[in-house]
Amino acid sequence: MYPTKYTKAASIDDAVKALGADDEATILAGGQTLIATMKQHLAAPSELVDVRGIDGMVGISLEGDTLVIGAATTHADVAGSADVQKHSPALASLAAGIGDPAVRHVGTIGGSVANNDPAADYPAALLALGATVVTNQREMAADAFFDGLFGTALEEGEIITAVKFPKAQAAAYAKFPQPASLFALVGVFVAKGADGVRVSVTGAGDEGVFRSEPLEAALGADWSEAAAKGADVGTDGLMSDIHGSAGYRANLIKVMAARAVASA
Amino acid sequence: MTKINMTVNGKAVTREVSGETLLSEFLREDLRLTGTHIGCDTSQCGACVVHIDGKAVKSCTTLAAAIDGAEVTTIEGLADGDLHPMQASFKEHHGLQCGFCTPGMIMSGVDMVNRYKAEGRDVTAEAVRHELEGNICRCTGYHNIVKAVQDAATKM
Repeated sequence: MYPTKYTKAASIDDAVKALGADDEATILAGGQTLIATMKQHLAAPSELVDVRGIDGMVGISLEGDTLVIGAATTHADVAGSADVQKHSPALASLAAGIGDPAVRHVGTIGGSVANNDPAADYPAALLALGATVVTNQREMAADAFFDGLFGTALEEGEIITAVKFPKAQAAAYAKFPQPASLFALVGVFVAKGADGVRVSVTGAGDEGVFRSEPLEAALGADWSEAAAKGADVGTDGLMSDIHGSAGYRANLIKVMAARAVASA
Repeated sequence: MTKINMTVNGKAVTREVSGETLLSEFLREDLRLTGTHIGCDTSQCGACVVHIDGKAVKSCTTLAAAIDGAEVTTIEGLADGDLHPMQASFKEHHGLQCGFCTPGMIMSGVDMVNRYKAEGRDVTAEAVRHELEGNICRCTGYHNIVKAVQDAATKM
């Protein structure tokens, strides 16, 4: 790994100041992607600003019908939380399936969301559940937050502090993992809520996580496995790589959507 | 450089580390605890798993500077005179061939059994296989590792 400096931020102001003082500084929120990337010399931040020690960044609470998860809460804590299991069981089971146990003990929801890996699990949950990303500057709907491969609406010096989830009437996530990386080859999150049916897809899009209009229309009219399997998903905008063609992924999207509906 | 204090296998340790020092490097090179292995360097194989404050973590994907104040247990810290039940079960069931992945397998196995016992869940063969997804063995085909973890679960 190239040399870097480690800074433990005591407050949001502290972190903003450290990030502002150095263009090449970046946030460390768990590092389960970032440190691996640095070891491969694909990233070389001059400074790592650790936000995990900041007051209020870790924890899960229920505010009425809204589930609030601090950005530095680990996947294991989300998966094991009684509040999450009660409010959004689909989210708890998604968190329980990220990476492996050692990764889940360290990786955080804020880190995953900020990184927006095109095959990550959390972005699918945020999009389908209509979550809100809370930063030190503003609140953004998930629809306005994710922006292409590894891209988000975050500005320089903007730090995710929490993610808020509304309660869905029914929801589930089904993932077909790439067996070596355990990332989603295709993952589909289906949710039925106040705004109707929302369906998001991770692992398959050329531009990262996306909502599937054909599946939303099909499941909005008929919430059933058959409707998911019969949707005209198409291959436009889908990724082809050594793990699978766009056509293979298109079929998997329907299969995963049907499995998700069956378990919702 | 960052000054860190931590407890490693029950002993207090104070050192200065650079920001990029991985916990795996710190354990192996500074503390000479070479039982923690580095297999892949891509955060996938799990040979480097140690416990930080009782939880299994990949030490090759953790910065030493970030765990100031933590309690770390490595494979060297498990046995208390006698082998830990997980170590004894790996020996009994021949849960290893070359042995390179074994420290990580054992640390992950102990973490899994502790969690399952605390939650009152059964340590089934399927559960063990699922829990060991982050630990790669290229010799055994996993069968004896699964048997060893299940056996240890009855003795822990």
